[in-house]
Amino acid sequence: MQFFLEVLIGGLLSGVMYALVALGYVLIYKASGVFNFAQGAMVFFAALTTAGLVDSGLSLWLALPLTMVAMVVLGLLTEKIVLRPLVAQHEITLFMATIGLTFFVEGLAQAIWGANVRSLDLGIEDVPLEWLLENANMAVSQFDLIASGIAAVLVTLLAIFFSKTKIGRALRAVADDHQAALSIGIPLQHLWGIVWAVAGFVALVAGLLWGARNGVQFALTFVALKALPVLILGGFTSVPGAIVGGLIIGASEKLAEVYIGPHVGGGIEGWFPYVLALLFLLVRPEGLFGERIIRRI
Amino acid sequence: MLYREAGQFKATYAEDSQIFPIRQDRIGIALILAVAFVGTPLLSVAGLLSDYTFTAILTPFLIFSLAALGLNILTGYAGQLSLGTAAFMAVGAFASYNFMLRIDGMPILVAFILGGICAAAVGIVFGLPSLRIRGFYLAAATLATQFFIVWCLTKVGWFTNYSSSGVITAQKIEMLGYTFDTAFSKYLFVLSVVTVMALLAKNMVRTNIGRSWMAIRDMDMAAEVIGFRPMQTKLMAFAVSSFYCGVAGALFAYAYLGTVEPEGFNLDLSFRILFMIIIGGVGSILGSFLGAAFIVLLPIGLNMFMHFLEGSVGINLPSGISSSIELMVFGGLIIFFLIVEPHGLARLWQIGKEKLRLWPFPH
Repeated sequence: MQFFLEVLIGGLLSGVMYALVALGYVLIYKASGVFNFAQGAMVFFAALTTAGLVDSGLSLWLALPLTMVAMVVLGLLTEKIVLRPLVAQHEITLFMATIGLTFFVEGLAQAIWGANVRSLDLGIEDVPLEWLLENANMAVSQFDLIASGIAAVLVTLLAIFFSKTKIGRALRAVADDHQAALSIGIPLQHLWGIVWAVAGFVALVAGLLWGARNGVQFALTFVALKALPVLILGGFTSVPGAIVGGLIIGASEKLAEVYIGPHVGGGIEGWFPYVLALLFLLVRPEGLFGERIIRRI
Repeated sequence: MLYREAGQFKATYAEDSQIFPIRQDRIGIALILAVAFVGTPLLSVAGLLSDYTFTAILTPFLIFSLAALGLNILTGYAGQLSLGTAAFMAVGAFASYNFMLRIDGMPILVAFILGGICAAAVGIVFGLPSLRIRGFYLAAATLATQFFIVWCLTKVGWFTNYSSSGVITAQKIEMLGYTFDTAFSKYLFVLSVVTVMALLAKNMVRTNIGRSWMAIRDMDMAAEVIGFRPMQTKLMAFAVSSFYCGVAGALFAYAYLGTVEPEGFNLDLSFRILFMIIIGGVGSILGSFLGAAFIVLLPIGLNMFMHFLEGSVGINLPSGISSSIELMVFGGLIIFFLIVEPHGLARLWQIGKEKLRLWPFPH
């Protein structure tokens, strides 16, 4: 039972980290209807840039704002160069364009910083929390706990941003209906710029946490791919969905790995979330919290 | 003047519905086939084409064309975006390998076809979600195919004949006592398979199967309302597409690499094939070939360009950067094509044809 709880908590915590990546997708999808496949590449880019800047002698506190600037610029440029010419295209076309963007950003990051594995030290140690170890005899990573704390703060901030601020309301209006939003005077292109910048910021946070946990390397992009089943489960348009989906995926993949894995040869973490999401889609195509899909001719 | 169909009258129904209705097209295709089947052998005998050309350019080009053709049937004609192409190729390759290995005296072509059929069966299973979901939900779901199948082939030892490293060595290609073992003979073998399958595909997309695919692609609800059955149509698209990919995978293992491991059929390969159809032209048989040629030649061209930079201009690039730049160029080109020419290289050829029709008097 204790072991089960330990695995479950570990899974839930890593699920929060998946949710963090998924959040970036949701933000952009909600505001512009673009499914930004490149979010994973942006996470990788952010992590690599921070690690690269730190390695070249800057302090972390200087590297962070610089990376933030780079992410915002990257987001704005993407919006201007890639998506604006493709406005009003079929969403699959946009999706494929962001696949192209993924390759470009991954290549760019490696061209600037090299393809070596770098480590990123945020000053948080990845050790089991002592208090829990002593009192309940459970090993729960301190790093994971703090990372989920950061994620929770970020999600709360975004939720407030979306529901309380003027920009947030405008974004929701845009998500609902582009043309209606335009007609009542919401500056659409301005807003898209903001969304891409915010998505860049979320990518930065996710990149920092994942990079510090697993090392900054190309495999980060595969972690980011795991955010896709999270999205499918939670629904593309829902911030709480991303969180709940992340928790489900994180917990179930760890439990499956520990309890089913040994019977089938192990390593099922790599595909289990996708198959789970696939089966889930058969039952509920719009995800847990997604908007109901209504199709007309 | 050269390319004009004026004066070519169709007197019978058969003439009207042939694959290449314009005489110049027929001549063009015949010429290309003649060059491919007769011209390259002559050049190779004369020593103008090295083995390298066959092993590193022509054979992979043909194999990738076939895979791109498979994906194009699914994505371009039936409108179902898939990111699991490489998985279907893997199924084809490993199934053919096992048929050859476990059944004595199995003819290689039959093994390829059976491999393709296995891939088709897997395609149908993983195509089932397409009945409920569409667009990028489906694309994300096809990632399940990609990761699950590669994992399966790695973990279940039976598929790789319990080879400890998971690498299989493809058997020799033998037909009627002749062994295809030189680079050149393998090329001819691949060329024959690809030619037959491409003509079949060209034919298929204009029959009622192809038309129902396109109807589903353009608006599936409307197609359903006027009586197309979405289930049969979509699953058929998955089956046919996977069959093509499976055969391409088998050729990939047998005629190109020789030894393959499941990891060789990774997500990167799937993306590469997706890029081929985007650059070549989504929903075009010709586009699959153009796109494959482009993607096969691009790294070679880039490499030559890098060497040129280092050699004559004297810019020394750090090692390892060329692969990053290759990624950037790939990504940039995809975006460029989607913005400027969403129908790809095939569309450029269409425009060229229109111009040729009027040339030299454009009014």
